[in-house]
Amino acid sequence: MKTIGYIIQKEFKQIFRNKAMLPLIFVLPLIQLIILSNAATFEIQHIKFSYVDHDNTSFSRALIDKFDASSYFNVITYFSSGKDANLAMLKGEVDVILEIPSHFERDLLKDKKTNLAVIINAIDGAAAGVENVYINQIVQNFNKNAQANLMQPSDYINKPKTIASIPSFWYNKTLNYKTFMVPGILVLLVTMITLFLSGMNIVREKEIGTLEQMNVTPIKKYQFIIGKLFPFLVLGMLLLTVGLVIAKVIFNVPMVGSLGLMYVYTIIYILVILGMGLFISNFTDTQQQAMFIAWFFVVIFILMSGLFTPIESMPQWAQYLTEFNPIKFYVEVMRMVMLKGADLTDITPLFIKTSIYAVIMNGLAVWSYKKTN
Amino acid sequence: MKQKNVIQVKNLTKKFGDFTAVNNITFEVKQGEIFGFLGANGAGKTTAMKMLIGISKPTSGEANVADFDVFTNPEDIKKNIGYMSQKFALYDDLTVKENITFFGGIYGLSKSIIKQKSEVLINELGLQEVANELVGSLPLGWKQKIAFSVALLHNPKVVFLDEPTGGVDPITRRQFWEMIYKNAHNGTTIFVTTHYMDEAEYCDRVSIMVDGKIEALDTPKNLKKQFNVENMNDVFLKLARG
Repeated sequence: MKTIGYIIQKEFKQIFRNKAMLPLIFVLPLIQLIILSNAATFEIQHIKFSYVDHDNTSFSRALIDKFDASSYFNVITYFSSGKDANLAMLKGEVDVILEIPSHFERDLLKDKKTNLAVIINAIDGAAAGVENVYINQIVQNFNKNAQANLMQPSDYINKPKTIASIPSFWYNKTLNYKTFMVPGILVLLVTMITLFLSGMNIVREKEIGTLEQMNVTPIKKYQFIIGKLFPFLVLGMLLLTVGLVIAKVIFNVPMVGSLGLMYVYTIIYILVILGMGLFISNFTDTQQQAMFIAWFFVVIFILMSGLFTPIESMPQWAQYLTEFNPIKFYVEVMRMVMLKGADLTDITPLFIKTSIYAVIMNGLAVWSYKKTN
Repeated sequence: MKQKNVIQVKNLTKKFGDFTAVNNITFEVKQGEIFGFLGANGAGKTTAMKMLIGISKPTSGEANVADFDVFTNPEDIKKNIGYMSQKFALYDDLTVKENITFFGGIYGLSKSIIKQKSEVLINELGLQEVANELVGSLPLGWKQKIAFSVALLHNPKVVFLDEPTGGVDPITRRQFWEMIYKNAHNGTTIFVTTHYMDEAEYCDRVSIMVDGKIEALDTPKNLKKQFNVENMNDVFLKLARG
């Protein structure tokens, strides 16, 4: 125990003595948290909308007004011909073209039906889908009003009312993207910092030559690994704490669940990441190699965590892979506990999985640290 | 007085694939002896030393250091030896005192002993002024002297020095060897590699490795006689050139 104490003491001294590192560890992630939580939104807004109106009647203008009034379509460009509009789309100046045919009003009044042409730039398929939904909603809405104006009083009696669904959004009532993103991004930051720091650590001693000196001492492998883990665990927890304060104070993210539970889970989670980092550190010869490997895993873990793309939409094999993604567990736990107020029984399966993961990773870290080659 | 062997090596061999770095070497080192381990770059000195300090597993042969077997008890060997490598091996970002405390702690010394020893060490080396400065800011010669003292903190039976005076000025080298002599007198065995042939003259016995084999092993005086030359430098040149 005493030996571990000496190692921990030494590691802390080295961390706090490194005047360049300390701000990097604390300030950069928090700036990232603030910037990313504001910027990384999946809401499709500011759609560059354009239209070609061949009809130019009060009806067609009323439809355009509807788009104009919507907060999603903020740039409205008029083109006199479809050709010009297409050219603008090619240049990337517009995202959506609405083409209103001539006789739009006449057909609507006479036949009670007509067609609109909508062209959407679908290079980003997900965005195009959302834009399509927005446009449809506006057109539907316009349709309903138009129908009401056109209908004879007698029609009211026979026509069935349209069925409307009224959604109610649970756990994030206002559909605030920040509520969704902040816990997730906090998870990423805690993960990245702890993984990179631990991944660089042992290999750095290898580069300097002090690791050889350590290997000649009677220090035990587990003492060495625990001594290395502990300071980073403390740093990770500090980072989480500052991040949570920011989440509450700046973003007003609800914290429904137990903070204690969140902290206990985070300890186990960080142990997984640190074990992984030290494992990487033991296997590499230079900090550069360690950095590349750490990045390799971080990118896969982040993109397959369900934070940026829903796991349900991934192919089956990818979904199986996510079962080994610690970031996914952590994102899930954070959201469940913070936003839904989940308690220990709700997260038990994740808790167990993470604990097993921690044991395996740290076992590997101790095993891969070889004092004798 | 018959002195006992602290290091006993028999037919020790280390192979890396097809390459034999250390080829069947055999020698003993007695307690309190200053044993010079010479050889050209790449002759296999460092590899041989790494086997003796328990950080490299031998391919075959036998070796005992401080009564422990390098194959079965490398960790017990480590409790009984000190090591200082050619790469400076204290922590540059810790102060002199912190380095002493850390290594003392790692070797299991008690707090009071660490405190007492670091005071003695700092006084002996005249480091009072810089005791609280980062080791990284000190000149190389000072660092090497501190590293040597730190390697002796836990009273090891043998100290392994891997080119301890590389890049150090002549005055500091002289002081360094005075420290070596003093400790050898107190019964600590010194196992030292060096490229300085004047240092080889200071050793009680010297072995010279060529291409993984020990080609000569005797006192400097006998070696000079054997090869019929004036100084160790010529002994070395004769052997190393083949």
